[in-house]
Amino acid sequence: MRPHLAACLAAAVAAGLLVLVQAELLAGVLSGRFTTAVLLPLALVVAARGLLGWARGIFAGRTATAVKSALRRRLLSRFQEPDAGSARSGELVTLAGRGLDALDAYLTGYLPAVAVAGVIPIAVVVRLFAADLGTAVIVLLTLPLIPIFGALVGWTTRAVTRQQLEALTRLGGHFLDVVRGLPTLRAFGRARHQASVIQQVAAAHRTATMRTLRVAFLSSLVLELVASLSLALVAVPVGLRLLSGSLDLHTALLVLLLAPEAYIPLRAMGTTFHAAMEGVAAADQAFSLITPGRDHAQIRVQAPDLRTPDRDHAQIRSQAPDLRIFGRDHAPPAIRLEGVTVRYPGREDNALDDVTLEIAPGERVAIVGPSGAGKSTLLHVLLGFVTPSRGRVLIDGVDLTGLDLDEWRRRLAFVPQRPHLFAATVAANISLGADASPDEVRTAAAAAQAAEFVEALPYGYETELGERGANLSAGQRQRVALARAFCRPSAEVLLLDEPTARLDGRSEAAIVAATRTLSEGRTAIVVAHRPAMIELADRVIRLSDHAERGAA
Amino acid sequence: MTGVSLRLLAPGMPRRLVLATLAGAAADLAGIALIAAASWMITRAAEQPPLAALSVAIVAVRAFATTRGLFRYGERLSGHDVALRAQAGTRERLYQALIPAGPLPLRGADLLSRMVDDTDAVQDLLVRCLLPALAALLAGTAAVVLAAFVLPVAALLLAAGLLAAGVALPAVTAAAARRRSARIAPARAELAARVADLVHGAADLAAYGARDRALAAGMEADARLVRLERSRSRVDAAALGLGVLVQGLTVVAVVLAARSADLDGVATAVLALTSLVSFEPVLPLGAAGERFAGVLAALRRLREIGGTPAAVTEPGAPLTLPDRPLAVEIEDLVVRHGDREPALNGVSLSVAPGDRVAIVGPSGAGKSTLLAALMRTVDIESGNIFINGVDIRRYASDDVRTRITGLTQDPYVFQASLRDNLRLAGPDASDEDLARAVRQACLDGWTDRTGWDTTLGEDGRTVSGGQLQRLALARALLYDPQVLVLDEPAEAVDEETADALLADLLDATRGRTTLLVTHRLRGLEQVDEIIVLEDGRVVQRGPHHALVSVPGYYRDLWESEALTRR
Repeated sequence: MRPHLAACLAAAVAAGLLVLVQAELLAGVLSGRFTTAVLLPLALVVAARGLLGWARGIFAGRTATAVKSALRRRLLSRFQEPDAGSARSGELVTLAGRGLDALDAYLTGYLPAVAVAGVIPIAVVVRLFAADLGTAVIVLLTLPLIPIFGALVGWTTRAVTRQQLEALTRLGGHFLDVVRGLPTLRAFGRARHQASVIQQVAAAHRTATMRTLRVAFLSSLVLELVASLSLALVAVPVGLRLLSGSLDLHTALLVLLLAPEAYIPLRAMGTTFHAAMEGVAAADQAFSLITPGRDHAQIRVQAPDLRTPDRDHAQIRSQAPDLRIFGRDHAPPAIRLEGVTVRYPGREDNALDDVTLEIAPGERVAIVGPSGAGKSTLLHVLLGFVTPSRGRVLIDGVDLTGLDLDEWRRRLAFVPQRPHLFAATVAANISLGADASPDEVRTAAAAAQAAEFVEALPYGYETELGERGANLSAGQRQRVALARAFCRPSAEVLLLDEPTARLDGRSEAAIVAATRTLSEGRTAIVVAHRPAMIELADRVIRLSDHAERGAA
Repeated sequence: MTGVSLRLLAPGMPRRLVLATLAGAAADLAGIALIAAASWMITRAAEQPPLAALSVAIVAVRAFATTRGLFRYGERLSGHDVALRAQAGTRERLYQALIPAGPLPLRGADLLSRMVDDTDAVQDLLVRCLLPALAALLAGTAAVVLAAFVLPVAALLLAAGLLAAGVALPAVTAAAARRRSARIAPARAELAARVADLVHGAADLAAYGARDRALAAGMEADARLVRLERSRSRVDAAALGLGVLVQGLTVVAVVLAARSADLDGVATAVLALTSLVSFEPVLPLGAAGERFAGVLAALRRLREIGGTPAAVTEPGAPLTLPDRPLAVEIEDLVVRHGDREPALNGVSLSVAPGDRVAIVGPSGAGKSTLLAALMRTVDIESGNIFINGVDIRRYASDDVRTRITGLTQDPYVFQASLRDNLRLAGPDASDEDLARAVRQACLDGWTDRTGWDTTLGEDGRTVSGGQLQRLALARALLYDPQVLVLDEPAEAVDEETADALLADLLDATRGRTTLLVTHRLRGLEQVDEIIVLEDGRVVQRGPHHALVSVPGYYRDLWESEALTRR
């Protein structure tokens, strides 16, 4: 993208210099110093300016799209670890789309304007010195006022602009929230009331924006006034000196045409500044999400230096290096939790408190306990989504933090409490992450009691699901997610988070039976509420008050 | 558009719009007048007339130099104010249109991207298209009229140049953009959907090692958007170059015409420089034309959303619901979602005031649809629902839901505090009322731990399934409707809590008209009637003791529950 940016800036500067040539020729023709024949080179200069303007636009577009694409990639890569989602998705969607578009103004408007402003005013002043000293001095004295005023006002608007961008993303998030919750609002007769809330939020946004703009436009007012009053300052004395005969018409016209050109680039910089700062604010926001800051300290990141180096596990590693190489034909691992404690950022209580337990290979374990006892957190620890604040997880004696997470997760099949269905076909949702054949997908769906309703869909397994599986019922979504787990015959450990929630008795019985079959020769860790699923387990582990209490 | 208008301009807006336009035109005119006066003054001064001959021009130069900036400031402020008002109005009207609408044929993230982008389009229509075009029209006309006084031929040339740059060029860019902008919005929506999948599905993707593929799909969507944006920047660039070319050539032509008409130096200079400057307000219109096409497409999409058919047909002159206990009578009810098999196929049921009716059956049997029909969120295909003998279709659906409501399927947690999430079901409820509802929903342990003012995350990410369900139940109890509707209140709650919850619930609803959808049978001996639905039909009905004594779905389920219960 750098060559494109350089080409864009070069074209902008060259076009600016041609304006000086154009002024020279036009002044000559109008004053009668040059003949009418000079109109031909004038036309050529004009054509060259047109061409350069075109080139500038092309290269600016290329630069902008390349930069935005690169930022998007980094943003999206960053949001791959499940617990990184401290930013709300509505905001992220806005940022990845319209938020980054704010960079356009910076890259295609502001940067070229800065380049032009760095060259053209100097060129004009040099030419004016040669033509008419008095004018050159006036321009030279008034010119610095523009960047000085610009910088003064710019500093004050920077913070406000940032707030405004934040307000814009909040506005997007708020609206999505309200629209998603519309059925709930409707049920309680609050839908109409919420309209006035939307109006209030929008009005607050308008008031905030207008406050920014009043100041931001004040800067361009000052700049415009300086520029046009300087023109008056130049033109009137020039007129008077013409009157006295101490100046010729050609010089006078040249001065009249050139003097504004000294101010225009600086003004262009000023007018694009406000919009450019929006882009800078968007980029800052993107970078703060890309680079984990203090708020994200507890989030697991791939960078190895952020993991606490642990002498013990280093030892284990060197003693048993073969355990870290996983193939598909592995036996189920022995899982051991030692004093595992998890506290989520910004929370005062522990989500899991000093949990120690051992799960033998092939064991079927039911995790029970009241809501909020940390049952799901326990599964997330095993998945490596969450790193314990204290304690450790040993897989066949190897600390989980020392394992290749992707390798480890390949040995797991996981159904979360509220599984996410993707805006893709049913088949793609079931074979997520695996290259399953249509037969395998069908078998998995049948095992999860999903085959019947999937086949009744308009295009069967090729039916596109709406966002979050919008066209399926809660029970159906649950079964598609279960089919996902059933579609990984190679998995050695099943992690199921309330697999029979939202299912009626009959489907539940079928799912329990299917889970029993699936768990043959595998380790199964099932968060369960319903007796049938608990019955299935070899052992029940009760979590209460964030601590593991007893095992049956 | 069905009934709902997505008008751009609220009352009072035309006046603001006219003011903004006038300010813009005044600024443009001041700019043209400044250069005309200055060039006249200088070329006239070269002829060395008495000083008095220049005094008016000198004053004019200074005056125009000052007023141009002031007018520009006024234009920009008033223009943006108008635009933001229009944008806010559009958002609100869009939402209003969604209130009665049935399910949208769109994805959520798509809706968001449309919301933010398309309502910005309304802003652009005013600030970047309409206002500059009107101001340029006024200023351009003034410049042509001025030229016509000096040299009619030059005026014609100038008019031709201005029309080429201000009308033809924007028309061409708009046409070129029209086809593309129809593709750029779906591309954005696609990207938004991919981003939403990546964020919401992060856990699923990580667990199944599918992150790289999802990321690749996201970047593919990005690449499509990039291609479209590049083709847009090519049109923009061409418009920019052509505009400069037309401006320069017009000035050359005007000078040539003045020369061949043997015009004097003063007039030639004034003509040439006025022509040069009069293009300043016109040149940005090329880019505006391009934007205009996008704006039109965005407005079309907004109208489409606004035109989503209403979920139910509202009566022309709705009756007022009587202020006494409600009896509900359902006769041969048939409800169908889209073109599928009927979700309910001839269901009859009567609920007297104070009756409690449980509805059981496999998933997809039509249990939730039955509740939706009662709450008037779906339309009836045939059959009737009577409320105290009056057809439910004669009441406004909003009014029906003030009396018949409760816990619906897939309740939603808003990004707000727990208190506010509850209060939406009882804006005037006292703190004691809130506490009681929370206690009845077995949610008090949670509120004690996390507090009332914790902000619940998007999608209730900080809320577990069981907590969400009980939060929704607390809402229903707080609202206390005349007919309480409960769709699987013990869903996703652990066994012990579920037992306690249902026992409490059956206690709390004693003597209150209640419809309870459930798949847990314990405690149902307390309800007046149990309806077993299968494939949209009632297959069994009666009290608990009668149903367990005959073979059928209910007895099977009861036996399997007894077996699995420890």
